Amino acid sequence: MRRANNVKAYKALKKRSLWQEICRYRVLWLMAMPAIIYVLLFSYTPMAGIVLAFKKYDYASGIFKSPWCGLENFKFFFKSGQAAVVTRNTFLYNIAFIFLGNFLQMITAVFLSEMRNKYSKKLAQTCIFFPYFISWVVVGAFIYNIFSVDYGVLNNILKSMGAEPVNVYTQPRYWPFIITVIDLWKGVGYGSVVYLAAISGLDTSIYEAAEIDGASLVKRVYYITMPMLRSTMITLILLGLGRVFRGNFSMFYQLVGNNGVLYNHTDVIDTFVFRTLLSSNDIGMSAAVGLYQSVLCFVFIMMANGVIKKIDDSSALF
Amino acid sequence: MDNEENKSMPKNPADKAFVVFSYAFSIFMALLGVLPFIMLISGSFTSEAYIINHGYSFFPGEFSLEAYKGIFRNSAKVIDAYEITVFTTAIGILVTLIFTSMTSYVIYRRDFPWRNKLAYFLFFTTLFSGGLTPYYMLMMKLGMKNNIAALIVPHMLSVFNILIVRNFMNGLPYEIVEAAKIDGANDFQIYTTIIMPLIKPVLATIALFVGLELWNQWYQCMLFVSDSKLFTLQYYLYNMLNNATAMKELMSGANVDTSSIDIPQESTKLAMTMIAAGPVLLLYPFVQKYFVKSITVGSVKG
Repeated sequence: MRRANNVKAYKALKKRSLWQEICRYRVLWLMAMPAIIYVLLFSYTPMAGIVLAFKKYDYASGIFKSPWCGLENFKFFFKSGQAAVVTRNTFLYNIAFIFLGNFLQMITAVFLSEMRNKYSKKLAQTCIFFPYFISWVVVGAFIYNIFSVDYGVLNNILKSMGAEPVNVYTQPRYWPFIITVIDLWKGVGYGSVVYLAAISGLDTSIYEAAEIDGASLVKRVYYITMPMLRSTMITLILLGLGRVFRGNFSMFYQLVGNNGVLYNHTDVIDTFVFRTLLSSNDIGMSAAVGLYQSVLCFVFIMMANGVIKKIDDSSALF
Repeated sequence: MDNEENKSMPKNPADKAFVVFSYAFSIFMALLGVLPFIMLISGSFTSEAYIINHGYSFFPGEFSLEAYKGIFRNSAKVIDAYEITVFTTAIGILVTLIFTSMTSYVIYRRDFPWRNKLAYFLFFTTLFSGGLTPYYMLMMKLGMKNNIAALIVPHMLSVFNILIVRNFMNGLPYEIVEAAKIDGANDFQIYTTIIMPLIKPVLATIALFVGLELWNQWYQCMLFVSDSKLFTLQYYLYNMLNNATAMKELMSGANVDTSSIDIPQESTKLAMTMIAAGPVLLLYPFVQKYFVKSITVGSVKG
């Protein structure tokens, strides 16, 4: 009996001291409060909305009173064949973006760093970086300027050569190529800055030694620069792979829009969720597909981070 | 990178060839970066008749200011969109900087016992999310439909930026915090008087990135705004471009007299694109180096 009382008293004491601890740091807690409330409201509250994926949403009854429907929403998504199409597209596009992108960014950085005059180097870098700053709406506009059937640059050239004009907006097969090129073009400036930083961080004495030993410039680039960039590249590729199921909504939406003819080749999970939610108003299914994507993303980020941690602990995300 | 020297030209012919190739490749990439915009600029200064007959090109075939004049004659909506964009960008940057620096400061303070828990609590949201649907419904419940807050709130806090600022703070000597504490400064005073002046460089780069994001935003506007008075510049442009395309598709089937309907002309679309991208184009040469620095100095993971 007495022991129980002691435990109670101890617990009360401990409780108070935790409370006192919190009070002691009340200024810091107050300073963190906006961020805590923000993520609770805008990130954690929507997580509770995941239940929508298992419900047949009914506008009158609201989120929590709508009837359950088990895996009905998922079944429809997978059986209709749309799951396979959008998952494949998201995955393959991102794989192309990650691998081709990193390769292009690396060689661009290498060639830029070999320019002799620092002003022309800066000017070139400024131009290459430029597309990164332009909104996808503007990029969509200028893609239209290139491919428009009536006034587009491409068809002007074709017409002037006497060839038949091509309407790419009705031909899905061109789009994987177009979209990949646009992604590389918009991202190469940003990515090459990362590689340029890695190159400028390399130890110059190695190059000097190699030069004294008679290694040509080409050999120095091939045997010193490229291998030294490998770890940067692997980390960046792994970080990219962690996001391999996250489609770039802005890009796909602005380049393709609501052009249903192209969906089979251009629809990614993000655009599909968006359409299911806002065009077909199918709340249950859009929530289910969103959950499917979140789980895939989570698994892949954890795996990518695990691998990075093994290779180079300091580059790991957490 | 500023004190970098010009490299000398190698003497060996094979190496010379490599350097020449480096130049050729870099110039090619640079041209790819800017040519589309030269085409836009040139098109926006070309007369409509010339575009209809010859299509777009890299030099204005027939110089004309008609497209811009047309936009300025009927500019009330463009000015609205400009005001909305400038306002959301300015407020967004300000709020982000305050939120981000304050939160980073808390998880930077080594004596704060819950700093790691708090960091994980924030960081977890980048690993897992509820997806678009619950988020959309929550925003609607919060009354964000046709509310200017819908254009600012989603950009107010980025966990990624918090981590960048925290990393930057970790580079500062921690003794300054301890010294200030001994001198009797409270936690908030340490933040405002000691930390804030020291983290200005990283805050500047975050302001640039967030500002760019806010200036170029159209997605939140598409989700939550249907009132054209609240359109951001990019969304206004998007609507104009797509309504024109949709209209034309509609007209091409039916035998309708299109002259009475206000479909933007090709040159007008280009001019509007220029107006929407304008400030970024103008500021770009001056701020570009800060972006480059921030990628390299901020020690951004990934």
